[in-house]
Amino acid sequence: MKDRIDRRSFLRIAGMSLGIGVVYEFAPFLDHRAEAGAITDFFKKVNGEAPASFTFAQFSDPHVGFQGPPDPLGTKAFENAVELINKSPQRPDFVLFTGDLTHDAENRDAHAQRMQLFKSIAGRINTSAIHTVPGENDAALDGGVLYREHFGQSHYSFDHKGVHFVALDNVSRGRPEVGPDQLTWLKADVARFPKTAPIVVFTHRPLFDLKPEWEWFTADGDEVMNVLAPYENVTVLYGHIHRHYLQQNGKVRHYAARSLIFAFNDPATNEEKKQLPFNKDDPFKELGIRLVGSQGAANPAAPLDVKDVVLTKAEFSGLAGMQQMLKDNNSFGRGSSNDAD
Amino acid sequence: MTLTKKLVVLGLLTGLAVYATPSRTRAAGSAQVVKITANKFHFTPDHITLVKGQPVTLQLTSTDVTHGFMIRALKIDTDIKPGKVTEMTVTPANAGTFKAICDHYCGLGHGGMKMTVMVEETTAKAPAAKVLSASNTVSK
Repeated sequence: MKDRIDRRSFLRIAGMSLGIGVVYEFAPFLDHRAEAGAITDFFKKVNGEAPASFTFAQFSDPHVGFQGPPDPLGTKAFENAVELINKSPQRPDFVLFTGDLTHDAENRDAHAQRMQLFKSIAGRINTSAIHTVPGENDAALDGGVLYREHFGQSHYSFDHKGVHFVALDNVSRGRPEVGPDQLTWLKADVARFPKTAPIVVFTHRPLFDLKPEWEWFTADGDEVMNVLAPYENVTVLYGHIHRHYLQQNGKVRHYAARSLIFAFNDPATNEEKKQLPFNKDDPFKELGIRLVGSQGAANPAAPLDVKDVVLTKAEFSGLAGMQQMLKDNNSFGRGSSNDAD
Repeated sequence: MTLTKKLVVLGLLTGLAVYATPSRTRAAGSAQVVKITANKFHFTPDHITLVKGQPVTLQLTSTDVTHGFMIRALKIDTDIKPGKVTEMTVTPANAGTFKAICDHYCGLGHGGMKMTVMVEETTAKAPAAKVLSASNTVSK
């Protein structure tokens, strides 16, 4: 399915970056739309912040503490990603981490050390803010107690230059769900916004049934999306599945990010979920980022320009500096195995 | 499990019978009883075969932590808390092979905790379903 940017869409996603993660640029194009003026007035009124273009990045699933056959390199991909984003000419305003910051450790002290190591590495990113949500490895065994000690609340929201960001926690209840309390909070949180306001939800698990038998779903994801249904410009960013995936349900686009530890196989062609084996000849295979761009105001109806960035062996060896493979990727409902080769 | 969920499950599934084994008995009504035990990171048995259209009561227990039991195709999704029996009566409406997974995170082996549920068409020669132990899982 090819998709085109809806002319009515207030939110414009554009991105060009040399970094790992997903880099988005929001350009509201206020001069092109009548209702944009109302949005501008609204944000100025509620937080004194008028919409403006900006960039942010998404990192996902670094699993700090994991060391095993699928990735014997530990945090190397994560650390390289930090170095790479710091070399980007486009400094992100902030970075979102969509869960599984750490690999689970049933020993509390060991898990706390992993969270500290994560913070140490993430703290090297040249950006103004880092926002996180937990994955099940971070928070599902203890109800999110240790996570909150290190990172604060697991669900919250903030505004940035005319875009409303909502962090949802769909892991801390043990089950893949956000739960009734968070749903009530979400309804109240978004109620103050006009229906045209751009909203970005970031969470760990997919909010739709991507592959339930692989636990790639959120049980009350439909209820979340029903709360957001009145809003015209909603984007969901998530992790968990360790691979590129893009799906559009109605007006909402759901973007999955690659991980920074190991990749999973393609759910469309495999019955059983498996980690892709480590390949010493291509140690960062399937690890990397997706870039999303548009032609912006010059051509608002143009399809999104989606590019994946995959680290290469040359980058791993450090012989040729940072090299990336950029490929157009506008396909929906497909995994990454065919777009990184 | 709420009454609503039980009614939904009951309405979606239809029938199961089982040969006499230590893991199952006949309940007071017509439904057979199948006992399934969950612990890190296994279901026992890990493979059961049911018969389409015949009710069965699943009695789920955990011997350690809270686990989940989810079969999306059959609209079954419940927690299994230790220290109590979680019971539901279901009647498979469709034949097929379905995967049950633990969907309540229980530790680092959680992702591999699953079992297979086969639902067979009812036939004159094979009216009953079989419950296979974890040690004799077979593929058909």
